[in-house]
Amino acid sequence: MKIGTLRTIKAFRDWFIIKARNEGSEISVEETHQLLQDKEPVVLLDIREKEEIVLGYIKGAVFLPQGLLHDEVEEVLPDKDVPVVVYCAAGIRSLAAAKLMREKGYAHVFSMAKGIDGWQKAGYEVTSDSELTPDQLNRYSRHLMLREVGMEGQLRLLKAKVLLVGAGGLGCPAGLYLAAAGVGTIGIIDSDRVDLTNLQRQILHGLADVGRPKTESAKEAIHRINPDVKVVTYQERLTSQNVVEIFKEYDVVVDGSDNFPTKYLVNDASFFTGKPYVYGGVFQFEGQASVFFPKEGGPCMRCLFPEPPPPGLVPS
Amino acid sequence: MEVHVRIPTPLKKLAGERDLIHAQGETVGEVLGWLTETYPGLKERLRDEQGEVRRFITIYVNDEDIRFIQNLETPLKDGDRISIIPAIAGGSRLGEHLGKLRK
Repeated sequence: MKIGTLRTIKAFRDWFIIKARNEGSEISVEETHQLLQDKEPVVLLDIREKEEIVLGYIKGAVFLPQGLLHDEVEEVLPDKDVPVVVYCAAGIRSLAAAKLMREKGYAHVFSMAKGIDGWQKAGYEVTSDSELTPDQLNRYSRHLMLREVGMEGQLRLLKAKVLLVGAGGLGCPAGLYLAAAGVGTIGIIDSDRVDLTNLQRQILHGLADVGRPKTESAKEAIHRINPDVKVVTYQERLTSQNVVEIFKEYDVVVDGSDNFPTKYLVNDASFFTGKPYVYGGVFQFEGQASVFFPKEGGPCMRCLFPEPPPPGLVPS
Repeated sequence: MEVHVRIPTPLKKLAGERDLIHAQGETVGEVLGWLTETYPGLKERLRDEQGEVRRFITIYVNDEDIRFIQNLETPLKDGDRISIIPAIAGGSRLGEHLGKLRK
């Protein structure tokens, strides 16, 4: 009985492979390589398990394990007209995946014959970075599925250094999301201590933190979410004396400060150090957000508001 | 000519607690004149001693910054949207400020 079942499964598999091949749904590793070389707008979809991915993958791939394909592929790839090449280890699972995707209405889906094994044997490059552990592949799996992030994007995030100016109403949520997303280094500069009135919105701090430096409680909260993140704290005010020295350590500056002198200092120092300045301001239910990156040709904050308001004219 | 003027939250108190005002005027300058006559408290906030728009306020007609069109002379069409955008700080100590006001 058991042998019979196995035979049936094998027979089905052979039948399915032949059928899929006859329908012309396969593409060779050479053709796939050419498509990628020509920068064709093709999505390379890796459907293997995380334990396999960690050993090597094709650069540019998007990751969605086969088990999640049925439920999540339409979320990951909403455009059903985009050409997709699916690959697995040897080209068998990808045949089934391509079939499933065609049934879901994807117009141009191919399974890469012989899989990443064939790719590697043909002498094409396999990227293997031991930088992501299996735990990290799990933690960031929802990022790895997104074309806009993927493995390269996640590695960039892990290498990124972001400075938060202020761990208050704007800095707290920004810090939480940056830490959860896997930004490798987060600097926090704030000279304040946690006050009970902060807790209604400054969500990195808790009741037990009242009276403690905000930098300390922010660091602990970030490590509770993601111990991978290196948190550098500066329990001081940002001044014209320390600003350049601090900014030059970072890739991006996120300003959650609560006063105009600091905002203009951040703007001017970002300009001179060539860093993108992520600006935010809030008053009651009204908020402003922008990115100022003059080094890349955009305006700076002084193009929008040349001078800070004198004290008293605009409430802060 | 009737246009819609969006009042930012920090100035609402001086504009009868309204965040959208239907104002009259052929140019941006005329609309600001109409506004500050109707709501005199706005005058000091919007314009300096020389009558220029203050340098921490940016005014848009629809999606264009008036400094890149004809500034206060910018002509208006019926139904244009004028947005008054002030620099806003905040982000951290707002609650404390409000707390102090209540004490």
